[in-house]
Amino acid sequence: MVTAQAPAWTAGVPPASDGAIDAASPAVQAVRALLANVPDPEIPAVSVIDLGIVRDVSALRVLITPTYTGCPATLAIEQAIRAALDGGGFADVAIETTLSPPWSTDWISDRGREKLRAYGIAPPPKGAAAASLKNQAPAECPRCGSSETEEISRFGSTPCKALWRCTACAEPFDRFKCH
Amino acid sequence: MADAPPPLAACALRLGDDALILGQRLSEWCGHAPAIEIDLSLANVALDQIGQAAHFLGLAGEIEGKGRDADKLAFHRDVMDFANCLLVEQPNGDFAQTVARQFLFSHYQELLYAALAESKDARFAAIAAKALKEVKYHATLASDWVVRLGDGAEESRARMIAGLDWMWRFADELFAADEIDAALGLDKAALRSAWDARIDAVLADATLERPAAHRPVLGGRTGRHSEHLGHLLSEMQFLQRAYPGAAW
Repeated sequence: MVTAQAPAWTAGVPPASDGAIDAASPAVQAVRALLANVPDPEIPAVSVIDLGIVRDVSALRVLITPTYTGCPATLAIEQAIRAALDGGGFADVAIETTLSPPWSTDWISDRGREKLRAYGIAPPPKGAAAASLKNQAPAECPRCGSSETEEISRFGSTPCKALWRCTACAEPFDRFKCH
Repeated sequence: MADAPPPLAACALRLGDDALILGQRLSEWCGHAPAIEIDLSLANVALDQIGQAAHFLGLAGEIEGKGRDADKLAFHRDVMDFANCLLVEQPNGDFAQTVARQFLFSHYQELLYAALAESKDARFAAIAAKALKEVKYHATLASDWVVRLGDGAEESRARMIAGLDWMWRFADELFAADEIDAALGLDKAALRSAWDARIDAVLADATLERPAAHRPVLGGRTGRHSEHLGHLLSEMQFLQRAYPGAAW
C-alpha cells in the first residue's frame, strides 16, 4: 500500500485496488489521478492503473511493470505515461520499470474487471493466477452472461487474451488470460 | 570469434540466444500455419520468446560492459558468436516437426526458468520468474498438439513420429553442463529426470514411444552450429548488415 511516509514498493503486496486515492501527498494524488486517465494502448477501455501496470507512485517517480516480456505495447505505455506526466506539469517525475515481482492478473482492479466485461472481454478469475492451465472454469460470456462457453484458442489477438465462444448466444469473445 | 565474455554474461547470452533464435524460427510460420488458431498461437509464442531474448540479451550486454545493448547483440554478431542450442535453430519442417521442437524445448525451458527463478542473482531470477508464466502456456500448447497429432490420424501420427525422431538427437545438448552454467549456480543435468518424466507422460497420452536413441549432436553452446543458423541470421540481420546502425 502506498502511504505518504513509506511510498516504496513492498514486494508481494499489491497496490491499492481500484486505484483508490489514499493518504498520499497532494502531488502523489495528482499523479495517480493523471495515470487513472492513461488508457492501455491495446485495451483502451481500461487505464494503466486499472490493469495494475503502475506499481508505485512517489513524488519523484512512477514505477511500472510490463504485463508480458514481449508485450509490444510496453514502449507505447511508457510514452503515454510520459506525455500525461509532462502535460500535467510533472516533467520531473521519472518513470522506472521493474520486472519483479512479475505482473499478475490478480492486480487488475475490480473496477478494471467491470470495464473489461463492459468492453466485451471476459475478465480473468481472481486469485486464479496460479491455477493449473488445464481444466479451467468456463468463462462467463461478456455479452449474455452464460457460462455455456468453450475455449477456441488459448492464444488470441494479443499476448494477454485467449479466444472463446459462447454456445448459448453463439458469439465469439476474448478472455483475459490468467497470468 | 570475439573474446570470450565473462561467465555470467555468457550465461545470459545462452538464455537470450535460445529465445531469440526460437522466436525468429517460429515467426516464419506467421501467415503460413495450417489454421488461424495455430498461426496466432505460434506468433504469440514467438513474441514471448523475443521478449525474453530482449531481457536476457540486455542483461548480457550490461554484464559485459562494452556498451552493447540487446539489439547490438542480436543483429551485430556472426554465427560463431551465437550460443544457442542446436535444437532451436532447426528448420520448422512440417507442423509436426515444429511441434516436436517446441515440445522438447518448452518443457526444458519451463524447468530451467523455474530453477533460475530461485537463483541468487536477482537479475536472472526476475526475468525467469516473469517468463516462467509465459513458458507454461508454451509447454501446454506443444503437449496438446503432440497428443492430437500422435493419437490422431494415420498421417498425423506418422508425421509426429518423424518430427520427434528428427529433433530427439538435439535433446542431450540441453542438459550438458559446463563451468559457464556453474557460474550462475545452474545445474542443467539435474533437470533431466524431471524433463524425462514430463516427456514420457505426454508421449504415453499420445500413444507414442520415445524415439530410438541417437548419438547426441552437440556444439551450439560453443558456437559450432548447423548450416541452418547462418541462413536464419542472414534474413534476421539483413537490415543491419545492409545499413549498419540504421534506426527507426
